[in-house]
Amino acid sequence: MKIHNLTKKYDGKPVVDTVSFTIPKGKVLSLIGPNGAGKSTVMGMLSRLIAKDSGLIEFEGQELTHWKSRELAKRLAILTQTNNVSMKLTVEELVAFGRFPYSGGRNTAEDQALIAQAIAYMELTDLKDRFIDELSGGQRQRAYIAMVIAQDTEYVLLDEPTNNLDIYHAARMMKIVRRLCDELGKTVILVLHEINFAAFYSDYVCAFVDGRIAKFGTVKEVMTKETLSDIYKVDFEVIEIAGKPLSIYY
Amino acid sequence: MKKYGSTVLLALLLLVLSVGSLFVGVLDMDPGSLLTGDLNQLEIFFVSRLPRLLAILCTGAGMSTAGLIMQQLCMNKFVSPTTGATISSAQLGILIALLFLPDSTLWGRALFAFAFAIAGTWIFVWFIQQITFKDVVLVPLIGIMFGNVIGGITSFLAYKYEMTQALSTWLVGHFSLVLRGRYEIVYLVAPLVVLAFVFANHFNIVGMGKDFSKNLGVPYHLVLFMGLTIAAMITASVVVVVGSISYIGLIVPNLVAMFKGDKIRGTLIDNALFGALFVLICDVLGRIAIAPYELPIELIIGIFGSVLFIGLLFYRLRFGRKAVQLSALLGWDDKTKRGGDAV
Repeated sequence: MKIHNLTKKYDGKPVVDTVSFTIPKGKVLSLIGPNGAGKSTVMGMLSRLIAKDSGLIEFEGQELTHWKSRELAKRLAILTQTNNVSMKLTVEELVAFGRFPYSGGRNTAEDQALIAQAIAYMELTDLKDRFIDELSGGQRQRAYIAMVIAQDTEYVLLDEPTNNLDIYHAARMMKIVRRLCDELGKTVILVLHEINFAAFYSDYVCAFVDGRIAKFGTVKEVMTKETLSDIYKVDFEVIEIAGKPLSIYY
Repeated sequence: MKKYGSTVLLALLLLVLSVGSLFVGVLDMDPGSLLTGDLNQLEIFFVSRLPRLLAILCTGAGMSTAGLIMQQLCMNKFVSPTTGATISSAQLGILIALLFLPDSTLWGRALFAFAFAIAGTWIFVWFIQQITFKDVVLVPLIGIMFGNVIGGITSFLAYKYEMTQALSTWLVGHFSLVLRGRYEIVYLVAPLVVLAFVFANHFNIVGMGKDFSKNLGVPYHLVLFMGLTIAAMITASVVVVVGSISYIGLIVPNLVAMFKGDKIRGTLIDNALFGALFVLICDVLGRIAIAPYELPIELIIGIFGSVLFIGLLFYRLRFGRKAVQLSALLGWDDKTKRGGDAV
């Protein structure tokens, strides 16, 4: 996936300004940056939820907006935090929607097997008949991830997946992200606020400031004292724990 | 069996009551003389009783399906043809047809009712999509206000052109004018309900939100407005023949969802059966309450509907949206724990 000169303006003011980068395949990439830096807007454009004003997004050799929506849904999945949470669907019914781009709602035995597999992979088998509005935030998030797994896409985009989760569930979610990449071979792109999660669990980090890329590189390249202080405008210390650069800010 | 238990139960109940209802009315009828071919009785049966029953079934099934679709698509459990301005728009359409095309047939009026119901519902949904804060109660309140504005225009036009008498037929729903030859439009409900069943999964996905739909490759706006069109056409078909029937589209989907959840494929049939049963019971009560006269169905439904609606509100306040375990209520030993604790 190659992004070239991506731009988005709201009321004539650019929120994403000529952004170009290439998404490494089969890796975890985190988009970080202060509020309003444009990272979520970039994510929206990568997932065709937000229309871009100019620039190109080349996805598997073809401009993203030229893809048929349903074909794209078999290759790229996006999970945002804007879903209707009061819907009384069981976990199994929700996960079954992941097969929709393939089956159009008439799931075959093969689809059913994939659904059961996805539920088991997210350790939700015991909860599969529970309604999603009765689950805890962490369980519900896992149910959505199970749906994305059933969707069986090469690319998985997650917009702030740790939002509203406590430390335990947030860390669990990040471990799931790692497994999606390492065990299932997916390319995962995340928007994260918690930079230490980004540092610990991703391969690459892309830092945004004022709608532009401040720094794109491996975790070690981006997570330096100077770069982070520059991006967030606060003092940082970076220390190494378990071979990963972790930051402390104050 | 357990999965379809409620469906079978509702279907059986509806069948028994339907047959029973054929023999409730001013003129005495008994199954015996019907079978021996009493011409007089057969005429009543085919001109009045059977059409009435079919109209009732279509109305109940249709209005509850329309309500279900609207609630799903608007992501709000209090939206319905009544609280979404669909009924009042259809009424305005009928009045316009009466004013400008006084010689119009039932089909001509139906076309106007369709067009106005669709337009009214679209405008309402477009409007609630524009407002940024969407309080659960605010959305239906806006719908009620919008519906009253349209109702006001209708009343004004009716007074001005001295059409109030003619209009009253469509304001208060009743089945007493359902006779062969002047109710067949209501059959349109049947293919529309089937269409709703075909697109049930699409509606469910759209009900989960815009981003959710786009992720699965479902065209959000297309499905949204197609679904609303189906709901509006169902409503208009009913309003043209029977008049305004409120509450059904609001209460039935809510009650059924409490037991069966929100997956439309799983609830639509139960929902339609329960709606038909509800309307049938109310109509039979209306026929026997002050026999040999009869009360309009809208009155009976208004009484039961408002009581049930208040009950529903209190239930929500107390238990939230917790599901009721049907198997526990019916005494089945259901080990799979669906929907948490039984209430």
